[in-house]
Amino acid sequence: MTAALMDYDALLDRFEPVLGLEVHVELSTATKMFCSCANVFGAPPNTHVCPTCLGLPGSLPVLNRAAVESVIRIGLALNCSIAPWCRFARKNYFYPDMPKNFQVSQYDEPIAVHGSLDVQLGDGSTFTVGIERAHMEEDTGKSLHVGGATGRIHGASHSLLDYNRAGVPLIEIVTKPIVGTGARAPEVARAYVTALRDLLRALGVSDVRMDQGSLRCDANVSLMPHGSSVFGTRTETKNVNSLRSVERAVRYEMCRQAAVLASGGAIVQETRHFDEASGTTSAGRRKETSEDYRYFPEPDLVPITPSDEWVDKLRATLPELPRQRRARVQAEWGLSDLELRDLVNAGALELVAATVDAGAPPAEARSWWVAYLTQQANSRGVELTELTITPKQVARVIALVAEGALTNNLARQVVDGVLAGEGEPDDVVAAHSLAVVSDDSALTAAVEQALAAQPDVAAKIRGGKVAAAGAIVGAVMKATGGQANAQRVRELVLARCAP
Amino acid sequence: MPTISRDEVAHLARLARLAVTEEELALFAGQLDVILTSVARVSEVAVEDIPPTSHAIGLEDVFRDDVPRPGLTQQQALSGAYATEDGRFRVPRILDES
Amino acid sequence: MTGLTQLSAAELAGRIHRRETSAVEVTQAYLDRIGAVDTAVRAFLHTDADGALAAATAVDQSLQRGDAPVSLLAGVPLALKDVFTTVDMPTTCGSRILQGWRPPYDATVTRRLREAGVVILGKTNMDEFAMGSSTENSAYGPTRNPWDLDRVPGGSGGGSAAAVAAFEAPLAVGTDTGGSIRQPSAVTGTVGVKPTYGGVSRYGLVAFSSSLDQGGPVTRTVLDAALLHEVIGGHDPLDSTSIDAPVPPVVAAARAGATGELAGVRIGVVSEFRGEGYQPGVLRAFETAVDRLRDLGAAVVEVSCPAFDHALPAYYLIAPSECSSNLARFDGMRYGLRCGDDGTRSAEEVMSLTREAGFGPEVKRRIMLGTYALSAGYYDAYYGQAQKVRTLIIRDFAAAFEQADVLISPTTPTTAFRLGERVDDPLAMYLSDLCTIPSNLAGNAALSVPAGLSDDDGLPVGLQVMAPAMADDRAYRVAAAYEAARDAADGGPLWCRVPDLEAVSR
Repeated sequence: MTAALMDYDALLDRFEPVLGLEVHVELSTATKMFCSCANVFGAPPNTHVCPTCLGLPGSLPVLNRAAVESVIRIGLALNCSIAPWCRFARKNYFYPDMPKNFQVSQYDEPIAVHGSLDVQLGDGSTFTVGIERAHMEEDTGKSLHVGGATGRIHGASHSLLDYNRAGVPLIEIVTKPIVGTGARAPEVARAYVTALRDLLRALGVSDVRMDQGSLRCDANVSLMPHGSSVFGTRTETKNVNSLRSVERAVRYEMCRQAAVLASGGAIVQETRHFDEASGTTSAGRRKETSEDYRYFPEPDLVPITPSDEWVDKLRATLPELPRQRRARVQAEWGLSDLELRDLVNAGALELVAATVDAGAPPAEARSWWVAYLTQQANSRGVELTELTITPKQVARVIALVAEGALTNNLARQVVDGVLAGEGEPDDVVAAHSLAVVSDDSALTAAVEQALAAQPDVAAKIRGGKVAAAGAIVGAVMKATGGQANAQRVRELVLARCAP
Repeated sequence: MPTISRDEVAHLARLARLAVTEEELALFAGQLDVILTSVARVSEVAVEDIPPTSHAIGLEDVFRDDVPRPGLTQQQALSGAYATEDGRFRVPRILDES
Repeated sequence: MTGLTQLSAAELAGRIHRRETSAVEVTQAYLDRIGAVDTAVRAFLHTDADGALAAATAVDQSLQRGDAPVSLLAGVPLALKDVFTTVDMPTTCGSRILQGWRPPYDATVTRRLREAGVVILGKTNMDEFAMGSSTENSAYGPTRNPWDLDRVPGGSGGGSAAAVAAFEAPLAVGTDTGGSIRQPSAVTGTVGVKPTYGGVSRYGLVAFSSSLDQGGPVTRTVLDAALLHEVIGGHDPLDSTSIDAPVPPVVAAARAGATGELAGVRIGVVSEFRGEGYQPGVLRAFETAVDRLRDLGAAVVEVSCPAFDHALPAYYLIAPSECSSNLARFDGMRYGLRCGDDGTRSAEEVMSLTREAGFGPEVKRRIMLGTYALSAGYYDAYYGQAQKVRTLIIRDFAAAFEQADVLISPTTPTTAFRLGERVDDPLAMYLSDLCTIPSNLAGNAALSVPAGLSDDDGLPVGLQVMAPAMADDRAYRVAAAYEAARDAADGGPLWCRVPDLEAVSR
């Protein structure tokens, strides 16, 4: 059954969307949150487990210092206050992938609160998203549903549990209600998750791979009529596994909720699941009893009291954050606001920076990534970062052009060769003999031939019409498959036709 | 203060995943009521300005270094399981997403 | 019964280390004694004769090689409460839900015992998941009190206390959440110590109430308790609530106390723990003990701790709340019992059926009580309020310890009651822990030392000695002095008067 949807523009005439985004990030610490098991992805099932992460009777948690340091750094990067005293609570509910049937989390005493993150929108404007909190918790195990259609929970005959992921450190980052976005709500949602991902990557605290679940987003969406200040009932959409899905899921929920509200219906506060294939959301099975998590302070752990010294020390380890980096790069490379925006929108800033670091001039580096390489990525349907050419290789191609060893046309052929897996730029040049021919003896013969073939043009040049030389140069270039050094050819033509 | 109804006991049993019988419901409702009436005295103690204590000992900031140590083998991990399949714990079908 | 089983652990260790007897001989003597009397006492859920003899042999071989004993208790047998995990024996916690479960890891206490060369004879019976004061809540049947087989040995650690009282082991380890070491010790005439919370690692101790649980020694003498305390105590990096400080000098304190005098020691008698609800014979034995302490030179003062009146209700909110969460993991998915898995039922249904079948009535009651107390809308009135009462109790202790070095009271208001007497009356059962609970809530050290027999029923009475946190040695000193004076006055230790169980068993 497909839900009725209201037209997007029509809904914006009547409603104002309110968003709330909850992002879960798996930290890339060496060990789990509360035990010394290795924190790795993709190992054989139940091979990175111990009494603690299996929740065996008698086992106890001991907190990973590195996880606390990571969340403090995340909090600082998000302009949060770091709580001088905080602790863990138990969130009690039964679920087979949770070995203790409670999750150790932070409830009313999170470690980082009240921050903000500025996100760049496509039109170059900045939107500030308020951060409510960032807190620590443990991940659950993974269930595999057997006997149903392709691992789906419905229709399965039984399930299989792997606890390698159980106890992996998770940081949950929750926004304040995001209001005032209007039509841009889906874009803001996507831009926020993108900005957060870039920030976490810069901090080096997580792999931030949405496809592997190391970054997961739950999107809360509600609508309120224009002029109202009372938020509507919200839904929480889970299973949003890509940046594009964040945008689609928010937009879909807005259209769906608007249709329900417009027909006099009420939104049910519920968890919904996003289906990547259809781009729709659907409600889960209604729970028999309302959830009552019975939070209470985790008695097996003691409070955390980050001292000013510790926090200051961690603040000093913060790398240049994306926003600062953009400002610095803009100044250093002399970019206009528009050029910077294009660079950021293309997702090319880090790649260009790396190319510059490898010795290329900023203008050339930017041109390669934003123009030719972006076209190549688009035509292949992949992200720029997924292209099989490194910034160092791009820098080498640029250097070869600067030396005069390659023309721009030849350089593109070299890049194509690298993308095709033919090795380093110099290998491609050698394999296809793509180097510019500057050798006078080879070129002189070609020039003589061209002049002989077009005697009328040769006469014009001899008569002082220097501009006519272009036709001869063009012919030589054609004859040499573009490999001739055009400047030298021109000099040779003019020398031959000297009056 | 409390009088706990049979329905409330049934709700608690559901929350606690206890498939209690009808006889137990009646028995527990009576007993829990007696116990709760007795322990409800704590709410009569005037403790407005008193901070709660969750730990008698004042320990803080107990951490572990982020260094991996070997845990259990897969065989040890699964040793207590009722049923296993492909190195995993085999459990009845799960009805709902978490 | 051979003479070996009548000796204290300290004496046995001395003879083993001097090679006047062997650890194997001692172990065999205890195994024989268990064989002779445990069908009547039922202190053990599991014994491991082969494992015990192998451990004893290893100690003997090491001594034979001329190595120094690995600890002061190397070669001495011990009974371990079935709430500590052991890789070589099942760990059931007295529950059907863990029937036959063999943990893949040893508790820190278990590991320390093994490293100290202590010989683990087996696992002792207990109220299911340590919830109870009579050991009648064990899924495997009750343990009997060696002083009167028709009476309970207290609980939850009735098995450990009865094993020591019945000479089935010279040493035992128990756990104390609201009095589960001290109350059984009181009613079986043994010494039971609840160390300062955080003094003995809880890693591998199957949790009942995490903020209250504490493992500790059960023995026949104060010195034996101190020796065992030093073996199992001390910081453990696997337990975040473990105190990172040296074990208080309890052995030295027990030795110093036994030389007999308490001049300059201030002892506070807790006013709240006398009067209505206390068995007259228990109170008379307590008064006699107070007189004896005064005779030893102690200055006895009255102290009032008004918040102690609220300790019992606060406890019965905090402990069930934590237990409702701690016991959630027993769901039949990863280990233990599974019921109703017929291929059609869901995991959720199987969990509920498993828990219903696997838990006994008292455990279910407390899980529901805790679920209620933590529920939205009730948290502040119950759990939150109880945590504030806890603060008041800590403050009362602090004030009392300004006036006195240690506090004393009867350990429990009555002597051992009859089997079945309180089974259907949970509130009456809960009153057994009236005097012991405050020290669990406040986390300080407390012990029970035998204070003779009640003159109205001839059953053992316990004297509770409470000391500030990390001043466990103070309680040991006072208890050792008292023990020496009492033995001298009575013409021998109390445990000499335990009935001849081998005759009864025959």
